[in-house]
Amino acid sequence: MNSLRKADLKAFVAAAVIFAVIYGLLQAEVIGAFWELNLVLIGINIILATSLNMINGYTGQFSIGHAGFLAVGAYVGAIMTVKLGFNMAVALIAGTAAAGLLGFLVGLPTLRLNGDYLAIATLGLGEIIRICILNIDYVGGAAGLMGIPRLTSFPLVFWIMVAILFFIKNFKNSAHGRACLAIRENEIAADTMGIDTTKYKVMAFTLGAAFAGTAGVLFSHYFFIAHPASFTFMRSFDILTMVVLGGLGSMTGSVTGAIVLTFISAALADFPQWRMIIYSLTMIILMLYRPQGLFGSKELSMQLFRSLKIGGKKQ
Amino acid sequence: MDSGFMHQFVQQLINGVSLGSIYALIALGYTMIYGILKLINFAHGDVYMLGAYIGFFCTSMLKLSFLPSIIVAMVGTALAGMIIERVAYRPMRNAPRIAILITAIGVSFFLENAMILFASPQPRTFPAVFSATVYHFGALVINSQQIVILVSAIVLMIALTYIVNYTKIGKAMRAVSFDADAARLMGINIDFVISMTFALGSALAGAGGVLVGIYYNSIEPLMGMVPGIKAFVAAVLGGIGIIPGAMMGGIILGVVEALVSGFISSTFRDAAAFAILIIILLYKPQGLLGKNVREKV
Amino acid sequence: MTATNHTATQHLLDMQNVSIVFGGLRAVSNVNLYIDQGELIGLIGPNGAGKTTAFNMITGVYVPTEGNIYFDGKLVNGKKSYQVTKMGMARTFQNIRLFSELSVIDNVKIAMNMHIQYNLPEAILRVKKYFTQEEEVTKRALDLLKLFHLEQHADEMAKNLPYGAQRRLEIARALATEPKLLLLDEPAAGMNPQETKELMEMIRWIRDNFHIAILLIEHDMGLVMGVCERIYVLEYGFCIASGTPDEIKHNKRVIKAYLGGEAS
Repeated sequence: MNSLRKADLKAFVAAAVIFAVIYGLLQAEVIGAFWELNLVLIGINIILATSLNMINGYTGQFSIGHAGFLAVGAYVGAIMTVKLGFNMAVALIAGTAAAGLLGFLVGLPTLRLNGDYLAIATLGLGEIIRICILNIDYVGGAAGLMGIPRLTSFPLVFWIMVAILFFIKNFKNSAHGRACLAIRENEIAADTMGIDTTKYKVMAFTLGAAFAGTAGVLFSHYFFIAHPASFTFMRSFDILTMVVLGGLGSMTGSVTGAIVLTFISAALADFPQWRMIIYSLTMIILMLYRPQGLFGSKELSMQLFRSLKIGGKKQ
Repeated sequence: MDSGFMHQFVQQLINGVSLGSIYALIALGYTMIYGILKLINFAHGDVYMLGAYIGFFCTSMLKLSFLPSIIVAMVGTALAGMIIERVAYRPMRNAPRIAILITAIGVSFFLENAMILFASPQPRTFPAVFSATVYHFGALVINSQQIVILVSAIVLMIALTYIVNYTKIGKAMRAVSFDADAARLMGINIDFVISMTFALGSALAGAGGVLVGIYYNSIEPLMGMVPGIKAFVAAVLGGIGIIPGAMMGGIILGVVEALVSGFISSTFRDAAAFAILIIILLYKPQGLLGKNVREKV
Repeated sequence: MTATNHTATQHLLDMQNVSIVFGGLRAVSNVNLYIDQGELIGLIGPNGAGKTTAFNMITGVYVPTEGNIYFDGKLVNGKKSYQVTKMGMARTFQNIRLFSELSVIDNVKIAMNMHIQYNLPEAILRVKKYFTQEEEVTKRALDLLKLFHLEQHADEMAKNLPYGAQRRLEIARALATEPKLLLLDEPAAGMNPQETKELMEMIRWIRDNFHIAILLIEHDMGLVMGVCERIYVLEYGFCIASGTPDEIKHNKRVIKAYLGGEAS
């Protein structure tokens, strides 16, 4: 299976080249502060979208409470650095672990539900997490947790993102990933093929939640503040939209969805009153004309490029 | 049990029932639309916001009184509901359900932001259509607005029950929600029935919007977000797709919220709604009035 | 503790006085059924006789209300479906349940999952163990597909296969779990006489080639009579007869159940 390792190496080199180009442009100040911020945001959104895709796209468990785990990561990470004086590495580990642990604890009972019921339960859980944070004075309550040092930089976000993308890709191409896909396709059949469906559903949910936690730590350490209003169900919808727009079940689709939507949102920043209207119309029109998302459940690859004969984005 | 506690308990019960009857009105639309299309229509809360704005326009600009205002609002939202269905949902009838859900979220964002654009994001003061008379029953307080809300909600629910159970279109709705394909074979015009379901459900939400405007005296473009989600919770609580369930779910939710804000803290009010939701989903996912269905192997 | 005083036996599968009640309905009543290593057994009966329900109890989908089911000397009652599969039973479904949006070979690989040894970190870090086992699984899956004449479809999506090939894939997938007992739920449903005949040969061939026992639910009397060594007949949840195809063919109750008239 040397070809697999070779493909990994190629992808890694491609990532390094993309990084070098963007970093060079940042250093040369061709890319200004506004777009630097949006590049960081794109990286964070890619982590969020691909991690939600593990749950919704691979395992077929319809979760719309991702912002809750993002919030947990943001706050736990900030507590580590602001309140307890630890460094960023500890914050990242703690935020990831806390969100993952919470994902495990809430996933265990709720993943018995399916379809719309699970969706609405996860939405409720996300809101409960936010409301609880709102009522904890230790983390600033409704005013938010302020004074977080900016420990997130573009290189940090980029390489953590790349590591997570590798993780998710390798997960999908393993027996564990196949078990998740089987659950999505037909839970009863997966069960009769000897797959412990609860275990894999909880596994995907836990990993997805953990990565959302990682994104949360990066988020709060870039924007100086962790505020409950950043983690409403609107944020969860945002992430879900990226995933569905790119194509549910496609990691490269989620990456593209995150880039496109963050980009649209940033490009329209000068027209605040029209921004959300255009954003929402884009959503509706895309779904009307391409309900399976940009890529369907396929992965964007060189092969797909050749068959489509059009240029496009990385990966 | 001291009388102070009992008094406050009953008072919160009154507040809860009037708030809950508004949830119930919105939940009815959710439940009807879900029953027929299996779609969580996230834009439904914004239709309710639209109703509030139409009501505001009628009362403050056109100086109409309560009854004509609420009727205009209901007609307006009914039309809006039908247009939304026609433009955004009908072309997607055969699309994956998650795509339709995203479309619904898109429609919701669109309505909210279009309203922000046209009516400014600032809250508006809803004119007092009734002289706010306060009635005292012993130590209990109930005001004229609460009475109007309750009476209106009850009248509308009775009307809806009549339509669904005894009219031709109501029977067609039930038939379509039970089995759309079979209904089509029986000569029912599915598109028309779905359109009417959106009209009815949206009209109820519109009425709810006007009533909320009267109750809180204030409306704003994002007012539909949270009540919209909560009304869906109410619909799930009662058993999604079941009309009496939505009424019951709405009332229960309103009462629980009133009790939580009265006795614990109003900041935990929303958490209480979602906590109930999750408990219900875990122990009786089909809702209080729902029947247990199991996938056949 | 009355009738069920005999416990684990040497039979491969042993259903002892098994009943199940749904609400007020007794879907299966006091059924006794056993299968020995390498046997080919049929389970027949009119519509609604409780055949699939019996199947579902054996495979852990339902838990019997009364009675015990033993497989390989171990109690099956209360075990989940995936645990039952790990014990060595695999099944197909009346209405095909493939992983339709996945490739044909992935359908088979998924069934081999429980024999894969590497854990999550090893999969993510792609250690040597991952590669060797993945290679092994791919090879075995292809071999299996070859036996069922599906190898040329290996990379196609399962849902794009013709109907007959989907049935074969479902059987191949079940065999990939390496069962001791294969349960086939109406494999001939929707097949024409020619296909049914081929299926008959295939079932016999599977038993001989894989050295496993097979329990077959079928409507098609010809198929069951043709391949099974022993047959159980269910009617209204009761086992009204059991024996060799010849005995069943001449059993008065069976004839009545199938041709109508009052059951005596």
